Amino acid sequence: MAPPRFGVLALQGAFIEHIRTLQAIGVESVEVRLPEHLEGLDGLILPGGESTTMRRLIERWGLREPILDLARRGAPIFGTCAGMIALARHLDDGEEPILPLLDVTVERNAFGRQLDSFETDLVVPVLGDTPVHAVFIRAPVIARTGPGVDILARLPDRRIVAVRERNIVATAFHPELAGETRFHRLVATMASAHADPGEGAGRRPHPLRRSEGSEQR
Amino acid sequence: MSDTSTWATKKGLAQMLKGGVIMDVVTPEHAKIAEEAGAVAVMALERVPADIRATGGVARMSDPAMVEGIMKAVTIPVMAKARIGHFVEAQILEALGVDYIDESEVLTPADEEHHIDKHQFKVPFVCGCRNLGEALRRISEGAAMIRTKGEAGTGNIVEAVRHIRTVQAEIRQLAGMREDELFARAKELQAPYELVAGVAREGRLPVVNFVAGGISTPADAALAMQLGAEGVFVGSGIFKSENPARFANAIVQATTHFDNPKILAEVSRGLGSPMRGIALETIAETERLAVRGW
Repeated sequence: MAPPRFGVLALQGAFIEHIRTLQAIGVESVEVRLPEHLEGLDGLILPGGESTTMRRLIERWGLREPILDLARRGAPIFGTCAGMIALARHLDDGEEPILPLLDVTVERNAFGRQLDSFETDLVVPVLGDTPVHAVFIRAPVIARTGPGVDILARLPDRRIVAVRERNIVATAFHPELAGETRFHRLVATMASAHADPGEGAGRRPHPLRRSEGSEQR
Repeated sequence: MSDTSTWATKKGLAQMLKGGVIMDVVTPEHAKIAEEAGAVAVMALERVPADIRATGGVARMSDPAMVEGIMKAVTIPVMAKARIGHFVEAQILEALGVDYIDESEVLTPADEEHHIDKHQFKVPFVCGCRNLGEALRRISEGAAMIRTKGEAGTGNIVEAVRHIRTVQAEIRQLAGMREDELFARAKELQAPYELVAGVAREGRLPVVNFVAGGISTPADAALAMQLGAEGVFVGSGIFKSENPARFANAIVQATTHFDNPKILAEVSRGLGSPMRGIALETIAETERLAVRGW
């Protein structure tokens, strides 16, 4: 089985940090600036940056529909910070959603301005006992989650900062700035599972049964 | 336990601005045009560099009321300029809550020996440089982002090209040096050995590096990016052009697609006149801004 091939949206922002993180775990990636760069990908990362800038560039270069298609086919999409804003179905300031793939409401600049940016250790149970060192930069938070959304991490004040819904993963903070590879490993595993779901116990024939349609006895 | 204003958060914001365009604005109306066009941040200043050049006099920090008006007008980060060495202007800008301070040679220097001790501040700083030594001295003083200076307010890219080429070439030279040579080189660069050794090891500056000073067309922005810039500052180039909104938008597109000549051709088409610009040799040495800072 071929290893998964990721795209990193490279319109603007900290995309090189994601490419380096993927490299560190042995996952090949390409920079995505135009729709044709999405062909043949098993997953996509939406990096941190400025969400208003990304919105304009996604629209201008016709990336919206092809990214939604990729997500509909089940490929994992991982957004950090501005990437999380891009994935939200609702924005609390009433702006139109960008790629409404995640049933959450996101509050932009939820902590204030740059002077309120911070770093902290977070418990993320799905990644094991070692805490995640999380860097929050003019970060958003998730103000509401829909019924299908799993909450992966909260701040001590209970605010939600990491979620997963089916093939969509999003964090309000930047694992790619802190040498944290476990989120990338998680989505890389999701991509491998998507590319090759395996035989699957449910579809495996009974060991004593001959091939489909063969004569009884 | 959470910590604010750490080195990671200070240089992290600059990392989020990469691949983007930071635009000089004088008023909230300018700021809105910039945001609408796709700027990643705006830089508040009293007058754009071309006007500072034309009108002369002492150029200072912008009026706090104007900075606050700009901060209210947009959701993207707001940067503001303080004079070199004027740490009280910086204190005022920090108190206003700006997202980044540019200790800038475009304003009239307040101190001809000392730059601001930027470690004393919670707000991050960006500083200009013409070469690697200057960049590393600013970083050792606490700058969390660097921009090459170019010659602001000229609409002429020649100095910006010289400065980014110089920085990039000096970084490449370090990569091939032995440890004993690095010690000697650090002395020549007048920069701390640890920073010099770090650049030699990583092959890049420890902070983000943008290009500034003289960018006035989409092609200029793409040239800066192809020469190794991580993003661009555009000053007079936007609001001194015939059609600021169109120029701003085209420069944003060109910064994203800097290595795609077909797209560069498309976004450069029919924009109207760029700012007029000034040939460098007509500017007296004493009128040049880039030589300010040491």
